[in-house]
Amino acid sequence: MSADALLAALAQLYPPDRLLLHRAQLLPYESDALTAFRARPLAVVLPERAEEVIETVRLCAREGVPFVARGSGTSLSGGSLPVEGGIVIAMNRLNRILRLDPDERIAVVEPGVVNLAVSQAAAPYGLYYAPDPSSQPICTIGGNVAFNSGGAHCLKYGMTSNHVLGLKAVLADGEVVELGGESLEHVGPDLVGLFVGHEGLFGVVLEVTLRLLPKVEAYRTVLAAYTSLEAAGNAVGMVVAAGLLPGAMEIMDRLAIEAAEAAVQAGYPRDAAAVLIVELEGEEPQVTAEFELLMEVIERSGAYEVRVAQTEDERVRIWKGRKGAFSAVGRLSPDYVVQDGVVPRARLGEALAEIERLSREYSLRVANVFHAGDGNLHPLILYDGREPGALERAEELAGEILEMCIRLGGSITGEHGVGMEKRRFLADMFSEADLETMRRIRRAMDPHELANRGKMFP
Amino acid sequence: MTTYRPADVAELQEIVRAHEHVVVRGRGTKPALVPPADGAAVVETTALTGVLEYEPQEYTFTARAGTPVAEVQRMLAEHGQYLPFDPPFANAGATLGGTVAAGLSGPMRYRYGGVRDFILGVRFVDGEGHLVRGGGKVVKNAAGFDLPKLMVGSAGRLGVLVEVTFKVFPRPRAYASCCAPFATLDACLQTLFDVWRRPLDLEAVDLEPTERGMTLWARIGGLEQALPPRLERLRHLLGEANVEVWQGAEEEARWEEAREFRWAPEGWTLVKVPLTPKRIPAVEERLAAVENSRRYSVGGNVLWLATPASPASLDALLRELGLAGVVIRGAAEAPFIGSRKGLNFARRVKSALDPQARFPEV
Repeated sequence: MSADALLAALAQLYPPDRLLLHRAQLLPYESDALTAFRARPLAVVLPERAEEVIETVRLCAREGVPFVARGSGTSLSGGSLPVEGGIVIAMNRLNRILRLDPDERIAVVEPGVVNLAVSQAAAPYGLYYAPDPSSQPICTIGGNVAFNSGGAHCLKYGMTSNHVLGLKAVLADGEVVELGGESLEHVGPDLVGLFVGHEGLFGVVLEVTLRLLPKVEAYRTVLAAYTSLEAAGNAVGMVVAAGLLPGAMEIMDRLAIEAAEAAVQAGYPRDAAAVLIVELEGEEPQVTAEFELLMEVIERSGAYEVRVAQTEDERVRIWKGRKGAFSAVGRLSPDYVVQDGVVPRARLGEALAEIERLSREYSLRVANVFHAGDGNLHPLILYDGREPGALERAEELAGEILEMCIRLGGSITGEHGVGMEKRRFLADMFSEADLETMRRIRRAMDPHELANRGKMFP
Repeated sequence: MTTYRPADVAELQEIVRAHEHVVVRGRGTKPALVPPADGAAVVETTALTGVLEYEPQEYTFTARAGTPVAEVQRMLAEHGQYLPFDPPFANAGATLGGTVAAGLSGPMRYRYGGVRDFILGVRFVDGEGHLVRGGGKVVKNAAGFDLPKLMVGSAGRLGVLVEVTFKVFPRPRAYASCCAPFATLDACLQTLFDVWRRPLDLEAVDLEPTERGMTLWARIGGLEQALPPRLERLRHLLGEANVEVWQGAEEEARWEEAREFRWAPEGWTLVKVPLTPKRIPAVEERLAAVENSRRYSVGGNVLWLATPASPASLDALLRELGLAGVVIRGAAEAPFIGSRKGLNFARRVKSALDPQARFPEV
């Protein structure tokens, strides 16, 4: 590999203001939202056109230098951490919405387009883009595609992969491929399905065709307060058993409520051990009928206080507390680790009891915010980084939670991806033969393992 | 040509390893996907049956790939649940594995998505005889490459499915449909776009060519008490005067006919062609000269075409239109026809999963 030859070629391709080489320029790119990991890249390039990305990848392939594509750097699994001495391809300037066809309900976008910007562009046509990770005001579609991001509405609407119809990408060896198309249906193996969630290991996505949905006509958002976390968890089971399919079901525990209240004053009952947010959505008459059913269930579930959002403002406020909970926890503790694991819904109670036990054992506070509808836990492990060994203890606790998720028949990640953080746990979830198959697929796209080298695989 | 019917995974692995060429079939409802097998071992999955796990509260189940779809549907119905992607040929005997491998979904796919959107996990035997697992058993999972989706539509070209895990949903308690005739395709498409963009939770939208033009079928489902006002609004949107309303067993039968392809004459070639509604006028113009019976489903996102014409001539026709297709029934040498995208990428995947090309060309 020849770093000098690569830098010389990149200097031909990019003007100096789009080829970052100095230490101070590189610093912001040394880590993503998982700040525990840092690595210094050789250079950061800021392409503005797809051709520049393709050429950069080809140059990296020619010189055998690893590269990482990066959007807004919101990955919580270290997915966009640079490879030491490699190239970071910062995709934010490829942020054009190339086409939006309201009749066919599709948007063709560049990967640097921010998630929320798609919905904003679609709004005048009464449409929106469904996947809504909490970072949606800043995270990019390219990152969403690489990590198959989720959000609060996955049970009903699925994850990113359920909303990507087609894509164009440059593979790690420089070949440009077009997969899928604009139709909801496809023939042959679902190649788009395989590509979404590749964690940057196949190459770099250049263009994405997204499916848009008509904006929801009516919502009913209910906030129910419980005196125990278990009761809130059981209520979720009761809602499901009643045959309802809410757009979202979210639970926050006492610590998360405290944090959210301190940060955004969402008006949650501060004395609750847990709050459950259930949101029904759909056509007005259907939602009205479902709401009656839901209220019967909530009444039976032992909620001691129930609030129904009467206006759009009230609804937005309830969601503000939920979506702001992660960053709000920063007010309770100097540092925290966000974990992401999945358990079967029926075992939520068991999982939460175990997290509570582990929290006591490690003497670390854990705030729980989770997508209860799909069993997706987000324990926030609070620690003080100034205390020697505290981060290590927090990480060890996080690891125990993941092992529990596997034990209960779930997954080590619901939506953040494996990235850097969970590599060693992938081998607990899959056999060596499974992993070898995935490695073979990776090498078929990237024989020299240049694209996001060192991620996902143990 | 020898046909095997392995009773377990180990036996299947041995068969794959022992043969240079292997083709897979379930219960034969989509015969064109299984190519003529000169000298190849035919593996039938019909002994790999049975539901392994079903927790109604989890909205998931896991079953062996040879399990008939209809059996699963009966089990789910007992708990008020269903497969929202509306698997075709269920009454004809289709298996879960065959449905995944063929990548087929029915008209009700309009509402929540296709088979690709509901598959959560797979176990399959690859071209080297390895047993591989991908995905998981929970409704949300982002660990490892999404092999379950990759297997959707893979038609036995990448591996032999042995086990599948699906997400399921509560089934709407009642249904009703509206059927609106249009004198011109253009008027029908304008209404389709209008309906498609509105916040209507429609279960299905199909277009049925008739002698006098094009008929639009739209289905709603949900709680009984909410249906009348929803139906009224839909009727109004479709233009009221000529709109017929269907309910009850007759309504159910109309959709069953569509999903079971009873409208496609026996012995004709049946092809699935993904497209978008804006392509329909060009397709209609080109098909005017071809004897055929057809139906546009999923809001004009798929054309189901039945014709006595040969798959080879259809291949040329689809190439002209820039569309791809997969032959489901009929004497096809290769089921994938027309102009396909991503073939090189597919071949790369194939080289990883089936390097010795035991299974047919992808």
